[in-house]
Amino acid sequence: MAGALVATGLSRRFGARTVVRDVSLALAPGDCLALFGPNGAGKTTLLRLLGGLLRPHAGTVELHGHTLPGEADTRRLLGVISHKSMLYDALTVRENVTFAAECQGVRDVPAAVDHVLDLLLVRDREHQAVRALSRGLQQRVSIARALVHGPRLVLLDEPYTGLDEVGARALTEALRALKASGATVVLITHNLAEGLELATHTAIMRGGQFVHELERPAEGYDVAAYAARYRALVAGGE
Amino acid sequence: MTGPATQPRPAVRHEEATTTAPRVSFRSPSFLRDSWRIARKDLVIEFRTRSGFLSTAVFALIALAIFRFSWDPTAVATVDLAPGVLWVIFTFAGLLGLNRSFGVEHADRALDALLASPVSREAIFAGKALGNLVFLLGVQALALPTLALFFGLPVGAEWLGVAAVAVLAAVGFVAVGTLFAAVASNTRLAEMLLPMLSLPFFMPVVIPAAQATARLLGDQPIVEVLPALKILAAFDIVFVAACTLAFPFTLEE
Repeated sequence: MAGALVATGLSRRFGARTVVRDVSLALAPGDCLALFGPNGAGKTTLLRLLGGLLRPHAGTVELHGHTLPGEADTRRLLGVISHKSMLYDALTVRENVTFAAECQGVRDVPAAVDHVLDLLLVRDREHQAVRALSRGLQQRVSIARALVHGPRLVLLDEPYTGLDEVGARALTEALRALKASGATVVLITHNLAEGLELATHTAIMRGGQFVHELERPAEGYDVAAYAARYRALVAGGE
Repeated sequence: MTGPATQPRPAVRHEEATTTAPRVSFRSPSFLRDSWRIARKDLVIEFRTRSGFLSTAVFALIALAIFRFSWDPTAVATVDLAPGVLWVIFTFAGLLGLNRSFGVEHADRALDALLASPVSREAIFAGKALGNLVFLLGVQALALPTLALFFGLPVGAEWLGVAAVAVLAAVGFVAVGTLFAAVASNTRLAEMLLPMLSLPFFMPVVIPAAQATARLLGDQPIVEVLPALKILAAFDIVFVAACTLAFPFTLEE
């Protein structure tokens, strides 16, 4: 299949506990999957499997036809944002994003860094050490780090955590622009409204499996109805 | 999930049509460039925080002072004691430095970003090892003259030989140490596990290094030192090659 992201039969155990169980999905360029579920449902593990950061015990992940973790050109298609900042707190904002761009092999590093710092509204903090920033600003820098090379698949694990209104809006706009450019987005969030705003597809996870899947209706998602469905599915799952 | 499977849209080439980083073009990964970048980043962080080097340097200086003031010159000759003192201090000072090596990567999971990037696992290893090597050489550059001063050792050409031995031994030391630092950093008992894992593997490096140092300080001819240097060089090659190959497996969860 010509999907941007195709996962087939993914399973992953930690010890005797199966955290992700036989999950399959297929997303096209420009799709955004919002992944919901209670704590411990296996969402973060699934995201790490999709990013090739964790090896599955069963199943495969293909990104634009290449099996992950894959070669350098395949990994370059990927941008990962988690609730951990993935930054070096002794380095400045600019140094962190520059390091990420250099590791990705970006040719014109200063231009790419300038662009993404402007996009995430952190240009005015570029010479500040990351440890001196608030949690929300660190998150914005982390997002800039992940987007600096224009990834084709962006995996986001609760990216809105700690963001203020300005940061959240900047992130939403950046994700919209990514989608419009044909990037595929997988977004884990506990905030149904934020997730549904961007999503072209949704899935609810519980016990390592998808227990509900829904493609975006023509009229858009009904947040209240979705929230009711979510509560019914995950009741007792926390 | 058989979905969310959608009608596939036209594939988008990476270089095209991204408003996030427009017209981004890429260069191929380079082992040397990537390794150097990681080492430089570690050294910049160390230079900014100075926590690792300061604590290690203080440890080395205090240990030298303790050995100096507990030493009875009438019972043990300087040239018999100094090599052992030096290599005990290098070993444990090096361990202190190695412990922090992967801490900086795990603090905010920066290692995940590195692993998801096109940088090869081998280049990550080489970069971390190079950073550790510079760190250890810095400690050695401080400890060697301090040892000569504290123990009243004559300063002559033999110290060039001692410095060469120290550099040779440091290469094998950081290769093994970086590998086990990566293994230990994935556990909750990193500080305890690292010495337990790595000390036995340091022995093939530390023993010939101490022997060569003793012979050099004892003014023995260079031919007496060569066998130890050959052993050191051989272990350097073996350890660097084996640890580079083994490193990617330490990153598996």
